Amino acid sequence: MIWALILIPTLAGAAAFMVPSGRFVRVLLPVSAAAHFGMVMAAWTLPLPFSAAFDWLAADALSLLFLSVASGLFLAVAIYAIFYLGPSRKRPIKDYLEGYQFADRSDSVFVGCLLLFLAAMTVVCLARHMGVLWVAVEATTLASAPLIYHHRHHRSLEAAWKYLLICSVGISLALLGNFFLAVSTAAASAQGREMSLLTPLLMKNAALLSPEWLKAAFLLMLVGYGTKMGLAPMHSWLPDAHSEAPSPVSALLSGALLNCAFLAILRMQALMEAAGLGAFGRERLIFFGLLSMAWAAMLLVSQTDYKRMLAYSSVEHVGVMAVGVGLGGIAAVGALFHAVNHSLVKAALFLAAGNILAAMRSKDIHDVGGLLKALPASGALWIAGLFAVTGSPPFGLFSSELLILKGALLSGRFVVTGIYLAALALAFAAILRVALKTAYGSPRAAEAGPGGSGRETFFAVAAPAALLTGVLILGLWLPPALWRLLGEAAAALGGSF
Amino acid sequence: MQSFLDILMILLVLLNFRLLGASQLGTCVHSVAFQAVIIGLLALLPHGLAPSWTWLMVGAVTLVKAVVLPGLVRRAMRETGVMQELEPFLGYTVSVILGVGLLAASFLVARPLRVPAGGMTQVLVPVTIFTMLTGLYLIIARRKAITQVLGFLVMENSIYLFGVAFAVEESWLVQAGVLLDVFAAVFVMGIMIYHINREFDNIDTDRLSDLKD
Repeated sequence: MIWALILIPTLAGAAAFMVPSGRFVRVLLPVSAAAHFGMVMAAWTLPLPFSAAFDWLAADALSLLFLSVASGLFLAVAIYAIFYLGPSRKRPIKDYLEGYQFADRSDSVFVGCLLLFLAAMTVVCLARHMGVLWVAVEATTLASAPLIYHHRHHRSLEAAWKYLLICSVGISLALLGNFFLAVSTAAASAQGREMSLLTPLLMKNAALLSPEWLKAAFLLMLVGYGTKMGLAPMHSWLPDAHSEAPSPVSALLSGALLNCAFLAILRMQALMEAAGLGAFGRERLIFFGLLSMAWAAMLLVSQTDYKRMLAYSSVEHVGVMAVGVGLGGIAAVGALFHAVNHSLVKAALFLAAGNILAAMRSKDIHDVGGLLKALPASGALWIAGLFAVTGSPPFGLFSSELLILKGALLSGRFVVTGIYLAALALAFAAILRVALKTAYGSPRAAEAGPGGSGRETFFAVAAPAALLTGVLILGLWLPPALWRLLGEAAAALGGSF
Repeated sequence: MQSFLDILMILLVLLNFRLLGASQLGTCVHSVAFQAVIIGLLALLPHGLAPSWTWLMVGAVTLVKAVVLPGLVRRAMRETGVMQELEPFLGYTVSVILGVGLLAASFLVARPLRVPAGGMTQVLVPVTIFTMLTGLYLIIARRKAITQVLGFLVMENSIYLFGVAFAVEESWLVQAGVLLDVFAAVFVMGIMIYHINREFDNIDTDRLSDLKD
């Protein structure tokens, strides 16, 4: 089962590199995505945890939660990509900002990298060994860097270079953290216990770990994986990569990749809890979380590029998740729920933004007015998505943000509550302003430029619509299976109802 | 034995200063490769001369780090025609002076971290941190993409140093994975440098400044 989950995208990805671009490659993507998603859904029926490869890979509640989100998003993106790839995109495209011509990289490379990216994320979710986890997180960086440079022009090159360099540096710090973690087990092995970086072993012997080394390891991993997760002030790669990457890639980066890095931090936090150092880890998470929220909220106010705005909103929501886990209790459940909601809504928004960008040929908020009239379906999705992402009812983000707020009040952290609410309010105002401006007003650039098409195809609307419907359902009704899974996953993090 | 270890540590620190003060990229590449060889020696020291699996593993890693990766960087230098870091953001004298500060900071930070018993020198942790900070500094303070890749390699060296010194032998699979990742990262960075060079006619990363708020 686990092997199949990893091998399907790996083999399909390798196959995509072998064959020339064409119909086969375009069909391969949704087919393997659907197969992967089917397998993940089948995994829900199996009793947890189940493992493979001598416990190095295993699915527990946290894995299953994040894997389902990643796989579901990937399926939506794969369906969307049917419209995105294809013969119409082959000719040189005129850059809408500076007017020069550029070409895309070949579809084969794009699809191949996407599938390998999925394989790497699957391993991140299933890794039970901190070393394997690290290798997989680094692999996600390497697989996604060429995706950011899919449009061959200098801005995407700049974004890809920053992404690669900054994330590699961050991931190096996390590797040092892994080594520190290994050193912290020295005392336990000296007592004759069998020790390695397998998380179950670490959790069992957590009390024997050297606290100084463990703390240092946690800090290094928080900063290292936090870079990849987009926590301020290490987020500087994120807005560039998200705004310059093709929209389906942005959706995956924001919806799935950030979660994977978050999962790595959660594994470490669970270990801290087991070692009795939970409070140390939680305080750091709250600090970085609030910093990210405040930082992002302030930058949201002055954004004029709507894809960058979505990117900063991701930084903000990543902060919300960190704060939630940092508060513990019911807020930790809320944080995991928030991760699910945020992934769905942000992916939907990026896909809708892709439609808008394709039709309007501009990323400037002032150029895209009157969306509701110009692009009825995508425009409606875009506006609804913006409302959802600010945490308005009846969408899922409202419930999860409310859970975190409840956790903050119950634990009596009033300063944290204040900053949390202020940042949310500021972000709400900033995003609402954009929603109003783009919904009404007159489109300045409605004249579809050369290469732009005013039509909306079915798949291009269906994929984000499905994701947004998901968030809406989660806001109105929480499936009991999901609720149980959230509770189980949060239990290791000191979370409870 | 202990004094020999200490000599190797001092050599690593000196190489870091050489990296901070050198303007010729060739010198930097050379220093990075030399660091990798020293760390390889350090790894073999506790095992004596008897051939074993460790020998093979360490030998392979050192080969990649001291020969293959520097070779890739040298190739990028040849292809782009960049031999020298001309206008760093911070001058070389300033860099060396800041390096002294970084070294002091590394010793301060490392104070609470006691090395478990097992024959390793106590200087190891500060030297690891100092090497890591040197790498970070090179990435931040230098303009050429190639120097930034070198900085990344220095960071990797520091991690490798820590890993072998504690014989963190998290089984060969993880070792191999780590190695493969580093190799792939440098490889991808090499490709990117090629593209940057073609797109901008040079590899000064401060030209990469369109994206900001």
